[in-house]
Amino acid sequence: MPPVPDVNDLDATGFRSAVFDPERNKPEEITGPRGKKAVKRFNVYRNNVVLGLVNVLIDYFPAVGRITGEKFFRAMAREYVRAHPPSSPLLHLYGQDFPVFIENFEPARSIPYLADVARIERAWLTAYHAADLEPLVPAAMGEIAPDLLAEAVFTPHPATGLVRSPCAVFDIYDANRNAETVGPIEIGRPQAVLITRPGLDVAVTALPDGDDAFFANLIEGGTLGEAAEAGMQAADSFDINNAIGGLLSTGAFTAVATRRN
Amino acid sequence: MPLTPLAQGRSTASPRAADTTRFAATPSRIPASAGAGFKHDHLEAILADREPVGFFEVHAENYMGDGGFPHRALERLRQDYPLSIHGVCMSIGGPQPLSEDHLSRFKALVDRYEPGLVSEHLAWSTHDEVFMNDLLPLPYTQQTLAHVCEHIDRMQEFIGRQMLLENPSTYVVFENSTMSETDFIREIVRRTGCGLLLDVNNVYVSATNHGFSPMSYLMDYPMEHVGEIHLAGHAVQEDDEGETLLIDSHDTPVADAVWDLYSIVVRQAGPIPTLIEWDADIPDWPVLRAEAAAADRILDEAALSFMMGKSHAARA
Repeated sequence: MPPVPDVNDLDATGFRSAVFDPERNKPEEITGPRGKKAVKRFNVYRNNVVLGLVNVLIDYFPAVGRITGEKFFRAMAREYVRAHPPSSPLLHLYGQDFPVFIENFEPARSIPYLADVARIERAWLTAYHAADLEPLVPAAMGEIAPDLLAEAVFTPHPATGLVRSPCAVFDIYDANRNAETVGPIEIGRPQAVLITRPGLDVAVTALPDGDDAFFANLIEGGTLGEAAEAGMQAADSFDINNAIGGLLSTGAFTAVATRRN
Repeated sequence: MPLTPLAQGRSTASPRAADTTRFAATPSRIPASAGAGFKHDHLEAILADREPVGFFEVHAENYMGDGGFPHRALERLRQDYPLSIHGVCMSIGGPQPLSEDHLSRFKALVDRYEPGLVSEHLAWSTHDEVFMNDLLPLPYTQQTLAHVCEHIDRMQEFIGRQMLLENPSTYVVFENSTMSETDFIREIVRRTGCGLLLDVNNVYVSATNHGFSPMSYLMDYPMEHVGEIHLAGHAVQEDDEGETLLIDSHDTPVADAVWDLYSIVVRQAGPIPTLIEWDADIPDWPVLRAEAAAADRILDEAALSFMMGKSHAARA
């Protein structure tokens, strides 16, 4: 049984429960002035909290909103907000598990790529607020002895994110976030997207086949040799020189070191 | 506990103090003129303008990310303008202790940007690890007074300086309240030594919503402790009985009735740094700048009548 609140104190638990649950009555001690009713009055707080957070999600996930339409998005976001309210006052961290929620949201099942588009948009926001670290300079690679290159391991930049999807998630994201009109897209083509922020601007890059396995391996701490192997296994077209070029040009990593076995 | 007054900026007792100031060209001190809430979309227009306002204010939590554009923009702005840091999420009015993490983040921001003013709200937003992203109301009792004072003591001690506390806009009242809001605020000031941020729009909104006179509130309010004033627009809705219910929406120009109250306040209390808040449906920079200019005109008139009032008093 929950503790009985002190009559002289704020019943924050009762207030919070009523804000997130529209079926619940407002706390009894809350009223209008001179005995006026306070149903609509209390609803101002419900609106500020729930609609306010829904609007935050609309702001963070514009491509998802464009795909579903605003009405659908609002209904989905409202359920998410009530089930997963923020646990931190740092709202730029909010919505980390929104992609998983979308994946399991029955009415969105018919849009198989929706959760992955949300993953890109969430990674975009993380990159936007990430620490200002200089990306790895190409010269740093030159300092590694050629016979140790296969043992090189890389430190991911805090802005770096990777989304691998069975759908053409880059084309779908790009069209819905950046284009005026959305042309035909071959949805069933698997795509991987790398999110980086080499300066102040977030970069969202579609990766060639095999590079997704290469970057995933490096981000998880694999050596350059292991990552190249993963790339080659993933796609016949994988080009190691091209992949290393991307490793440097995207700014996905901040440091390189060699790991001896 | 005694605290360094804000307007004086950081201690200059040490000869090395000047070296540690990162914004040597623009001291922290906030002038008794109008300022504006800083929005990133306005940055270029602000920098192209010639000293459009006296200072800028930001919400602390918007600059608690690790890096990127927000910090770059604020660094640039701070080079040219004094800054006020306004916390929105400390949850001072709640029953649970303040978050040590949030205090640390807040202090880091204050140390980094050397604001001339630091403020927070008489409200709560976090409970049991759930953050509600709104300024929620509390009953005014001896019990809640004790919590609030404990939290303000903690915050002032942690950041090492005085903070200003802002009066809330409210839509409901608590049957268990035993004190008026002004008595509650006056007692907070007495116990903690904090200063006050008088939000004149909030006074008007709460007065309308709860059927009291905004003038009687202001007469009863400890005006001598006010270090900053907020002005903002509100929206009009209806309560359960179909009567006017005002919402503190910050999405419109300041209402005429609020300008009138503001004019009365600064004529009586003298010029005070005054911020125009506009946080939703944000207009182009010239519209916001014009609101600030309107406040500046009232401040100028107030300065004149305030000084004349003083000289009359001296002669009497």
